[in-house]
Amino acid sequence: MPRDTGDTLEVSIWRGGQDGAYQSYSVPSRDSQTVLDVVTYVQRYIDPTLTYRFACRVGMCGSCAMTVNGRPRWTCRTHVSKVSKGGNLKIAPLSNLPVIKDLAADMRPFFEKWQEAKGVFEPTKTRHDPVEAIRPNEPARVAADEGIECINCGVCYAGCDTVRWNADYLGPAALNRAWTLMNDRRDSGQSQRLAAISTDGGCHACHSHQSCQEFCPQSLNPTGSIAQLKRLATKAYLRGEIGS
Amino acid sequence: MNVRLYVWQRGTAALMAPLVLIHLAVMFYATRQGLTAADILGRTRGSIAWALFYGTFVAASAIHAGIGVRGILVEWAPIRPRAAELTAIVFGLLLCALGIRAVYAVVSG
Repeated sequence: MPRDTGDTLEVSIWRGGQDGAYQSYSVPSRDSQTVLDVVTYVQRYIDPTLTYRFACRVGMCGSCAMTVNGRPRWTCRTHVSKVSKGGNLKIAPLSNLPVIKDLAADMRPFFEKWQEAKGVFEPTKTRHDPVEAIRPNEPARVAADEGIECINCGVCYAGCDTVRWNADYLGPAALNRAWTLMNDRRDSGQSQRLAAISTDGGCHACHSHQSCQEFCPQSLNPTGSIAQLKRLATKAYLRGEIGS
Repeated sequence: MNVRLYVWQRGTAALMAPLVLIHLAVMFYATRQGLTAADILGRTRGSIAWALFYGTFVAASAIHAGIGVRGILVEWAPIRPRAAELTAIVFGLLLCALGIRAVYAVVSG
């Protein structure tokens, strides 16, 4: 176990549902301590009723995202030393999503919009067909690769101004996913997907504030993906391939 | 904003960009040359070219601003999207009416 530094962190954690409140806890400070470590300490040693969500603890599963000192972050890879302000931490569930309890946000709207954006791969072949060879340096594959490492943590969605203002907006993650599939020539659902992301809550609602790019723990650029989708959808609309 | 409104808003913006530059150039010319209101009206009255120029400007700005106001109302005002849409349409029509009235005033007669 990393050694105690001898200092104490003053941690405010959101407790309750949508109309809950912050509650303060004192947590021993340790070397290389992550925000997830702090939350885990509170649950194990101070209040076992604290609810939060995590799985892999190594930045792969995308389940531990929370709001830390006002900014959405993946907590398992966020070191306390980099984000605490004078030994203070304020931890809340992700914004722009309903609160289930304490630090657990309801991710259903996030994933429902992922579905609305037709973020599901629609195969053109069956398992009996040979695997299609795609060179890694094909332009479309390169474009898809730039957005493919999304772990669906919801950080971009929680940090997006447009999501906050427009309940219908599909959000950066869903649109980024749609863009990666638009560049996959094995996929057969491209025209339906293009129609889905051209509606009122689609890619054209994005204001290009670039918060998603700023907050993405994977250093992806959903704003860039959305800009490309706008271009693609606009061309398709002008050619009469999709309605509005 | 859907793709149709996006195309109309960007299209009208692209149309207005050169019109704004020409409008500014005309303003500079008029002030530099010391033209009076009577001089200006003497050139614009009965001119189909100026009527078309400013008529296009009015139509483009009414559409552009109407779509922009719709977006602001949808995101910021505590009203339903349909109400925001109707308010924006009324706003656009009002802009259009005021603009046409102004254009008519300088080209008629």
